[in-house]
Amino acid sequence: MPETADAGLITISEGRAETAVLASPAVDGPFAGPAPAPARAGRRQRRQWGWYRLISPVAVIALWQLLSSAGLIPADKLPPPTTVWHTAVSLVTTSSPAYGTLPGAMLVSLQRMAIGFAVGGTIAVLLALVAGLSRLGENAVDPLLQIVRMLPLFGLIPVFIVWFGIGELPKIILIALGAAIPLYLNTFAGIRSVDAKLAEVGRVQRLTRAETIRHIVLPGALPQALTGLRQSLGVAWLALVVAEQVNANAGLGFMISQATQFLRNDVILVALAVYAVLGLITDALVRLLERRALAWRRGILG
Amino acid sequence: MATRNPGVASLPVPAGPAGPGGPAARVRGLSRAFGGRVVLDGVDLDIAPGEFVAMLGVSGTGKSTLLRALAGLDREVTGELSVPGPVAVAFQEPRLLPWRRVLANVALGLRVPDAGAVAGRALEEVGLTERADAWPLTLSGGEAQRAALARALVREPSLLLLDEPFSALDALTRIAMHRLVLRLWERHRPAVLLVTHDVDEALILADRVLVLASGRIVFSGPVEVPRPRDRDNPGLTALRHRLLTELGVNTEGQ
Repeated sequence: MPETADAGLITISEGRAETAVLASPAVDGPFAGPAPAPARAGRRQRRQWGWYRLISPVAVIALWQLLSSAGLIPADKLPPPTTVWHTAVSLVTTSSPAYGTLPGAMLVSLQRMAIGFAVGGTIAVLLALVAGLSRLGENAVDPLLQIVRMLPLFGLIPVFIVWFGIGELPKIILIALGAAIPLYLNTFAGIRSVDAKLAEVGRVQRLTRAETIRHIVLPGALPQALTGLRQSLGVAWLALVVAEQVNANAGLGFMISQATQFLRNDVILVALAVYAVLGLITDALVRLLERRALAWRRGILG
Repeated sequence: MATRNPGVASLPVPAGPAGPGGPAARVRGLSRAFGGRVVLDGVDLDIAPGEFVAMLGVSGTGKSTLLRALAGLDREVTGELSVPGPVAVAFQEPRLLPWRRVLANVALGLRVPDAGAVAGRALEEVGLTERADAWPLTLSGGEAQRAALARALVREPSLLLLDEPFSALDALTRIAMHRLVLRLWERHRPAVLLVTHDVDEALILADRVLVLASGRIVFSGPVEVPRPRDRDNPGLTALRHRLLTELGVNTEGQ
């Protein structure tokens, strides 16, 4: 009776599927388990290894302190970590006539960064949408952006000074430009690389153009756009550092150029460390955003 | 019972009956060339309302091209093409949007009041209620294909196009999917065009089997065995050999 044999097979396979599904809420069954479990394990592993990752930086600082105390590193060239720390504390707690306060300088720099990044980022995303969503837009926008992309960013500083003076404007434009290019390129490429097979699903399901953009194009472009966001944050911080050392009268860059004149390497090191920490914080924020917005990828990334 | 649409003529060119609402799909002289290479060469085809048609053909004979034309995905075909009712497609890959949860995928483009509940009922029909909130990338191959079926059926299509939707599944899952598709078809009664390269699959599922070769339909015949069918049913043997011959496969030992 081949027919019953066939039916038997069906029952086996369907029965298996159903028990697995029913079991999933109670037990971590084969269907419910795989997705969250590796992610949890990964995080636990990262936390466990977190302490080990601190060993090499701490060792370098300890060695630096040791060599300084032994007099092997001249303090006027590279002050010891303890001195840098004390300088940092005093810059936070007291205002010096030469440098102002560290939080004050940080605030000025952060503000420049925020304005520049917001302006550049907004323009980049808008241009990427225009170029990505229509051939006409691409032909209008992309050639220009490709040319601007090839211009040496910091080579523009003298021109910006002639055009916009030495105030806040040239600095913000430099940061905005630096932030805009990687974000534009990646968002545009992200929109264009959306799977054509998924776009067909949109046509089969009779989605309107607006619905296709909302449900298929934008979510599909998001992973690469977020990669672009991280790149553009890196460029923007760099642009901030360079811009601030040209004719600034406030901010971390101003603090560094003042310290250079007074041969205060400890102050320079403090300002550099603050730049680094701010960069790390913004990068961590984008990574947090990635984890939230790309939660659907956890299934493959584990 | 064997042929649900006895009025459908078979050889050599099918000409479906003009039912009360006309055929679910009507194709006349459909042609398509890709850069000089003719893939469809004047295809005529009628699919009656509620008829389950399977289309066989070796690779590159234009099966998928014909299906894509019926789905409205190919605008460069020439000839006549009329599909009066709503069409739905299930592709070889499930093509779920990975960034929308399963329920939202099924409800995609659904324009009815309370689309969520309607989509939920469709998931229930394919046995995926428990996975409604899952991300598609966490589904097994069979689950993903069932979700894709739910997304197609929720639109209440009068023509359901299946483009080798079972070919990537393992043998056991495929058998379960065959049964599921028949169950859903018996309940909803859409006309179905199943594109497949699997002769047995066509014999087990369809009312009528077509063979496409050199851009034309070279064979069309009813499957006159009542369902549920088994591949070893002796009533299917003659038709299987005929189909294999039409497909250019030597049926050794005959």
